This record gives sequence, structure tokens and C-alpha cells, in this order.
Amino acid sequence: MNRLTEFMLPPAKSTTAGEVDALFHFINVTSIILLAGITFTIIYFAWKYRRRSEDDVTPVITHNSKLEITWSVIPLILVMIVFGWGLSGYMNLTTAPDDAYEVRVVAKSWLWEFHYQNGHVSVNELHVPVDRPVKLVMSSDDVIHSFFVPDYRIKRDVLPNRYTSVWFEAIETGESIIHCTEYCGRAHSDMNATVFVHTQEDFETWLESADAIDEDMPPAERGEALVTRSGCMACHSTDGSRMVGPTFQGLWMAERTMEDGEVVTADENYIRESILEPNARINEGYDPVMPSYQGTLSDRQIDDIIEYIKTLD
Amino acid sequence: MSTPEASTTKKVQVRRYKPEENPKEHYLNAEKGVWAWMTTIDHKKIGLLYLGSITFFFFVGGMLALLLRTELLTPAQSFIDADVYNQVFTLHGAIMIFFFLVPSVPAALGNFILPLQLGAKDVAFPRLNLASFYIYTIGTIFTLIAIFTGGIDTGWTFYTPYSTQTGTNVLLMTFGIFILGFSSILTGVNFIVTIHKLRAPGLTWNKLPLNVWALYATSIIQVLATPVLAITLLLLVMERALGIGVFDPSIGGDPVLFQHFFWFYSHPAVYIMIVPGFGVISEVISTFSRKVIFGYWAIALSSLAIAFIGFLVWGHHMFVAGQSSLASMVFSFLTFLVGIPTGIKIFNWLATMYKGSIDMKAPMLYAMVFLFLFTIGGFTGIMLGSLAVDIHLHDTYYVVAHFHYVMMGGMVMALLAGLHYWWPKMFGKMYSEFFARISCVIIFIGFNLAFLPQFVMGSQGMPRRYFNYIDQYQAFHQLSTIGAYIMAVGFVIMAGYMIHSLLRGKPASANPWGSRAMEWQTSSPAPHHNFEHIPVIINGPYDYHKPMSEFQLGIAHSTNGHQSFEKVDVNVKSAEEKA
Amino acid sequence: MSETSAETKHPAHLHHHFVDSDQQFESSKMGMWIFLVTEILFFGGLFAAYIVYRAWYPELYLEASQELDAFWGAINTFVLIGSSLTVAMAIRSAQLNQIRGLIINLWITIGLACTFMVIKYFEYAEKLEKGIAPGIYYTYDGLEHEKANIFFSIYYMMTGLHGLHVIIGIGLMLWLVWKAKRGAYHSEYYTPVEITGLYWHLVDVIWIFLFPLLYLID
Repeated sequence: MNRLTEFMLPPAKSTTAGEVDALFHFINVTSIILLAGITFTIIYFAWKYRRRSEDDVTPVITHNSKLEITWSVIPLILVMIVFGWGLSGYMNLTTAPDDAYEVRVVAKSWLWEFHYQNGHVSVNELHVPVDRPVKLVMSSDDVIHSFFVPDYRIKRDVLPNRYTSVWFEAIETGESIIHCTEYCGRAHSDMNATVFVHTQEDFETWLESADAIDEDMPPAERGEALVTRSGCMACHSTDGSRMVGPTFQGLWMAERTMEDGEVVTADENYIRESILEPNARINEGYDPVMPSYQGTLSDRQIDDIIEYIKTLD
Repeated sequence: MSTPEASTTKKVQVRRYKPEENPKEHYLNAEKGVWAWMTTIDHKKIGLLYLGSITFFFFVGGMLALLLRTELLTPAQSFIDADVYNQVFTLHGAIMIFFFLVPSVPAALGNFILPLQLGAKDVAFPRLNLASFYIYTIGTIFTLIAIFTGGIDTGWTFYTPYSTQTGTNVLLMTFGIFILGFSSILTGVNFIVTIHKLRAPGLTWNKLPLNVWALYATSIIQVLATPVLAITLLLLVMERALGIGVFDPSIGGDPVLFQHFFWFYSHPAVYIMIVPGFGVISEVISTFSRKVIFGYWAIALSSLAIAFIGFLVWGHHMFVAGQSSLASMVFSFLTFLVGIPTGIKIFNWLATMYKGSIDMKAPMLYAMVFLFLFTIGGFTGIMLGSLAVDIHLHDTYYVVAHFHYVMMGGMVMALLAGLHYWWPKMFGKMYSEFFARISCVIIFIGFNLAFLPQFVMGSQGMPRRYFNYIDQYQAFHQLSTIGAYIMAVGFVIMAGYMIHSLLRGKPASANPWGSRAMEWQTSSPAPHHNFEHIPVIINGPYDYHKPMSEFQLGIAHSTNGHQSFEKVDVNVKSAEEKA
Repeated sequence: MSETSAETKHPAHLHHHFVDSDQQFESSKMGMWIFLVTEILFFGGLFAAYIVYRAWYPELYLEASQELDAFWGAINTFVLIGSSLTVAMAIRSAQLNQIRGLIINLWITIGLACTFMVIKYFEYAEKLEKGIAPGIYYTYDGLEHEKANIFFSIYYMMTGLHGLHVIIGIGLMLWLVWKAKRGAYHSEYYTPVEITGLYWHLVDVIWIFLFPLLYLID
């Protein structure tokens, strides 16, 4: 039974996951018993009452009130149990505790931004403390997305014109994957992120040092780390292959033709503009789909990214 | 509703009309030439025109599905890019739902069989019926143009604001489906009126075949739900053309309102796609068990109950979309209520088989496959209707698998059961029973291999509509792809023996299954005007305890000059009916 | 069942698959009623959008409806009610076999319908002049509310779709006149007149709902 549980569902890593899993298994087990009964009946009847001759005479059985009431009422009771159970679980999933730690989530096609209370912004990485309720207040900059963490059994659509929220309490440190589950276009399936669960102390250390810049690292390496962390790789390759956006390889100082026919040299100003106001100029053959990184990346970080791009010949 | 037989108790002189075997003249050769086919107002031919169209679209949709499954063999890109993939899954969904499933049993089989089952010469409005077919054709042309001028990548649900912002040809596609909706509405209107007004003498409501009850319930949904889809798509078209701002948040609209509008149609539409299947299954199980159907009224009324409750459950598609908890609670509750009549039907069919004389011919085999697969579809529906669990499973492969179990495992299997069942009546030919069983088994194996793994990966958290996926799901995806190919093999075999049957099939007798239902009491293929006499009904369509002779009664035509030839076995009886 | 055997003559208007004229007439009428139900649901979608936005922005509806001219709206209401009366009289004439009366009444109905459309045209023209156009073409700045364009989008959708139905109705009635002049209708057979009349009443009824909901919000 435990094996089956592990096989069917991802590991349960939040306080609310257990109840959902219990209901999931209850429905599964009940269904399998009933399905086995129905299947057995089909096969048994098909064999037992197989046609023996063309002149078979069958009895006239038009109805049987007792039987019919039984098979209406028993399923009714079963589904009402499932309904009540599901409702109570749903209430737990939608009602965040008052003392929850709040993180703002902004979904853009196709990345997740997490804004912490101290002003730090992380892209495609959600860092949270363990054993503490975390409430995510979410909105979208463009189309509808949906925030899904299979390990926590939580999901909520992220809408462009209002805030929605979701909460969870992680029960162990480690990593879990976040998916976007509302179809949002070309790179929908790449719109993944990761939850990092730290101990309370580690979380605080991370939060304090998150904005600090590792001066020991060369700028280009810091840039590489930023490019990986900020979701750039979902649309831009570094090996010359064509993705949703133009590749970074050989970009530095290259001449690029824009949609309006203008030819631009990819210098610092162009790259900076492309990060902060991506839709001001669009490369020929590409769509204006990149979200702005205004307020997400600092000037210093943009400099590092430019340094990194310089290294990609 | 003053139907002819509802007036007073009357004695009429009837005689027995045995159906003519292997008639020289029948509806297929009554008129000749392509033009006669294109302008025919014969419901049987229109049914066949639909059958041809849906076969074509099933083939197209199926090829698209194989394309998707092949791409999903590897976690990253293998041979098509994300844009193409998104277009392909959108088209697979839109074509299968709007061009194949919605018209499948109602418009194709329904058109053919409904007047025959009512003992009528045609549907109430034959010209309107032909018009419906052409409206359907025009809709498909619009859609095809849309596919070749930019395609569409929104998913078949057209969710705003993505659908108002994407660069693909949403405008033409939605307009095509808007047009298609009118075809569905007009067919629904036609069927309702036909069932009310054109029943043969003696065919009272409690003697209607269950297939007719199912088509009646379906028509009601078509008539009530489709206009809402029409207006929703019209608003979407306007949103793209004029930016009216009702659904697009960037100009002040509300995207969730679109979801409400869309699902108000599209959930009942799911019942448009499955309820007619229930009708076919009832017919097949009773015929091949040669036994009175168990719980006639329970089956008939549960179709209507499903149709009505089906209108009140659309919100269960939005449990995670930000509707209020109260709304979610109500929708979840009502969703479970739909499960009850569905369960009742399954138990009634089982009870019909009890102590029957069961002949596992191909249609019955498909009906049994239907029972098994649809039951799984139903149970997983309970899973998804449960609020807490749905949060986890929503928009994952679990939903994809559930939907395919209901639609493909349910409706398509019912369609195949019906197709094999009525095939002799349509073409007057038999097909190879051996190959029919083989292909049924292959399709059954392929289907389960394709979709059972999707339940598991969905539970594990694999989201739907994903072009790339994480490595842990690869084994499931590969199994699923293999299953899809096996299924394709099954359909190829089916195409083979069906074509063989058309060209060289053995001639079918008028009533190869020994059924008591009225459509079998006329020759195969059916005569041009369905019956050479006016059928008179004194027994229910499932009264297997009464002799066959009581099911072949009729009175001679006095109008229209159609002679009733070959009066074998003159057996004058007086029949007495009450309203 | 007595009808089935008694029938000997077969009138020209009777289709082959009906037993008699009554059955055909009843069927057509029922078909039209069901079609009208779909029409109501079709408009129902727009009414739902109207209600949702009105619930969210009641003050918008108060403000924006001031821009609509209730006087001409009221005139149009009377025009349509009048046309409903004349179409009913047309049916009556057909029942009494007065083909001249039928044609005259149809012409009056067509005239009233055209009057409705002309008034509608002037209403639209006046609004478009001011920049009150649907959707993104909305440029009017006489209204404070930021969602004013949505009210007018709904206004244009509802009245536009209704106008389209009026035009279809005019077309149907011109066809009826053409057929009537050829003697297609008489007291035994006037089904198309009857069901077009049903359709026309629905068009009228929808306007009776639209008028207060759009023009008369206080």
C-alpha cells in the first residue's frame, strides 16, 4: 500500500498534503473495489448467460424497486462523504493562517518573480523557511498563469487583473518544483521554478545576503549565474540555437536588423534597453513577448550580464 | 401536444408486413449521382454525409494525436518545435470536439436512425436538415482556412486574455466554430420536433426506444447551451476585431467571465457528447441480451436528469481560477449529483444482462468495452469533482486521461458499437465479425496503454499542454505513445474490414440481430421512405417475450402513391391503443 | 389514427413525410418556438454580461445611460410595438383568406421596421460623431468613468445584434410579400406567415427589455 502511495503521488512535503492524499486514496480504493465488482459482473454474466441457442427465452424483469433504491442510495452516500471530505480539505487549503510569511509573486510570460518583504527579488527561485506558513499573493503581468507545487498539493491561477493567493507550510528542508499549469503560450512548459526550503536561520541569512554581491567572483561569472537564475535561459540560448528569443552567442557588438528595418549594433545601451524595455525594439523575425526586468535587476546586475554576454563569442 | 394517437382509443385494422429481404430498390439507389447526394433531403443520406465527414475529421484529429504522442517520446524537442506543438494540440482538441464528437452520434447516427425508430418517413424539417449539414461544412471551411493562414495556438478552450493577444488566427477559427454551432442548434430543433410530432401510430412516450430518449435529452442541451457558446465566441471575435473589452483585462475586462461563459456551454457540451452514447448502449445491450431492458424509466429519465443538472455544474472547471469558496462548494456538490444518474445507468445495463441470452458480437463487445472504460472515466470524475483533490489534479495529465476515458472510452466506443450495430441497416452488408472482434481488442489494449499511464503521471504532477517535461515522466509518456500506436493499428484494421464490407460484404438480412426494435422491421438497406407501410406499434421496443409478428404490424399507405408490395403472411389483427 | 387512412387528397403545400396539414403546421410552429428559445439564450449571454458589469460598476451604468437618448428610444419602442400589432393583423388576414389585407399589413410592418432602423441609424451616427465607438475606438471624454467604453461595447453589441435581427425580419417579410403576391398563402396554408410573426414578436420583446435596461437607468 505504501509503495502504491509513493508511486501514485509525489512526496508530501506540506502540512496540508496528508489530508489530500488520504482522500485521494480513499476514492481510489473505493473506486477500484467497485470497478472490480462491475468488471467481474460483466465477465461473469457474459459467460454464464451466453447464448446457447437462437430460441433462448429470457425472463421479463422490468424493474426491481428495492435493488434500484439500493444502488442509488449507496453511491449517493459515498459521494456525499467524498464531497464533505473534499470541502473540508479545500477550506484548509484556501484559508491561510494569520501569521503567515507573505511573499509577492509576479508571473510573466514565461518566468516567476518572487518579491520578498525586504525588497529583494528572486527570479524562478522561491526561498522559504521550514515549519512556517507562507502566503503567496500573486498576480500576472500578461495572460493567465497557474502556480502549482505538486509536492505541496497546491495550485492557484494567477490572473492579470486581480490578486489571488495560496498558502503552504513546508515540513522539511529541500527543493520542490513549481510548474505553470495554465497554458500561456510558446514556452509554457519551460515556465518552471524551484522552491528552496531552508531552516529559519538559513532563510534569514539567505535573505540578508541575497542582494550582496560576491566581489570575489569575476563579473562575467556573476553574470552567468544571473542569467541562469533570472529565467533568461527559457528563451535565449548561449550556443547559437534559435529559441523564442535571439541567442546570446555572438551577440556582443553584432549588427542586428529590427522589425522596422533599422540596423542596430548590440552595444551596452542596446542590451540594457533590451532588458529594461524589451519591446522598444524587436529583432526581425521574433515576437514582442519578453517581459520587462525593470525593478527586477539592478544596474549593477545588468552590467554583470553584459560582461557575461561579451564572453560568448 | 396533440399527437395523432393521443386523441381517443381507436380500433384500427392492421396487417403484418414482413420486411423484404435483399430489396432491389432502396434508399441508396433511389437517386443516383453526386448532385443527388449533395442535394438530398433524405435523412439517411444526410446521416451518411455526416458519417463521412466525421470519419474524415476523426482521421485528421487522430493523426494530430499521433504527432503529439511521437513528439512526447523525449522530454525535450524531438522533431517539431513548441509553436507547432501548441498548434497541433489545439487543433487536435478543437477538431475532435467540435467537428467529430459533437456531431458524431447525434448528427451522423442520429440522423440515420431517429426517423426509422419513430416509424417516420423523415425528420420534421428535411430541408433544414440538409441546411444544417451545409452550415457544418461552411464552418469547417472557415476553420480549415484558419489553419492554413496562421493556425491557432490557444488550446480548444480559447481562454482570454491569451486568445485576444496571440498572433495566430483566432478570429477565423472561432468564427468557424460559431457557424458550426448553428448546425448543432438546427439539428437539435429538428430532432425535438420530430420526436414530438412524427411518431408512428401507437408509439407512445413509454414505448420510445431509449436511443430516442437519449437523442431527445441531447437535443435539449444542444438547443439550450449552444447559443451561449455562440454569443461567447461572438464576443471573443468582437474582442479581437474591435477590442470591446469585456474579456480582456488590458482594456478593463474580466478573463474569468470568459471562463464562466465558455464553460456554461462547454460543460453541457460534454453531455452532448456522451448522452447519445448512452442511448446506443441501451439499444445494443438489450438486443444482444435478447431481453427486456431493466429499468426503462430509470434510464430514460436519468438521461434527462443528466441533461438538466449538467447545466448547473460548469463552475467545477474553475475551482482554482479564483471563484469564491461558496461557488466552488455549490458546483462541487452539484457535480456529485450528476454522478448518481450515471451510476444508475451502469447498474441498469448490468441488470439487463442478468439471465439474458448474451451474444458477444462486435457491437456488444464494444458496449462491454464502453461499460468498463466509461466506469473508469466516471470514477476519476468523482476524484476531480472533489474540491481538495482537484486542486492538486487540476490541469494535469489526470484531467487529460479522465477526459479521454469519458470521451474516447465512452463516446467513441458507443459510436463504434452503434456503427457496427446499424451497419447492416445502412449498407445492407455484413462486415467480418472476426476482424471486428480483433480490432476491438486491439483498440481496447491500446487505449488503456495510452491513457492509464497518464493517470499516474498526472497524479505525480505532470501538467497538461507541456511541450517539454521533466525526465521522471519519460517512461509514462513512452508507454502512452506506444498505446496510441497500437490503437492506430486497431483503427487501420477497422478501416480495412469496413471497406471490404462495402465492396464485397455478404448481404445482410433485414434483421440480422433478431432485434425487436422498429428500425429492424424494414428491409436492409432501408427503403427510400423508410417503411413501405405505416408501422403501428403495440409493444415496447424491448419486449422480447412477445412474438416477432407483433412487431411487424402496419397499415397500408393511402397517400403518395407508394405501393406496398409483397404482402406475405396476411394476418389481420385489431390493435387497441391508449394515449 | 383515423387521419392516416381517411386522407385521400394531397395538397401541394404538404410535404411527403407529414400525414396531414395540421401535423405540418403544428411541427413548424413548434420548431419556431424552440428556435426562439435558442434566440433568448443567445441574447441571454449578452444580458448576463450586462448584469455582471452592472453589478460591478453600478455608477458607470447610471452615468453612461445619460448619453443615450431616451426620447428616441421610446419612439422606437412604440414603432416596434406597432409593428407587432400589424404583423398579428397580417396573420389574421391570412386566416380569413384576405390576401390583399395580408400584403398591406406586411408592407406596413416592413415600413415600421425600416423606421426603427432609420432612427437607430441616427442614434448610432450621433454617438460615433462624439467618439462613442465600441472598444478600442472609444475616444469620447465626456464621461469620467474609466470603464465607460465597456458600457458602450455592451450597448453596441446588444442593439447591434438586435438590429441585425430586425434586418433579417425585414428580409423575411419581403419574401412573404413576394410569395403572397403569387398566391402561395391562403386560409388553409399560412405557416410561414405565422412563424415569421412569432419571430417578429420575439424581436419586439427583446427590444422591450433592451430599452429600459439601457436607456432608462435612474
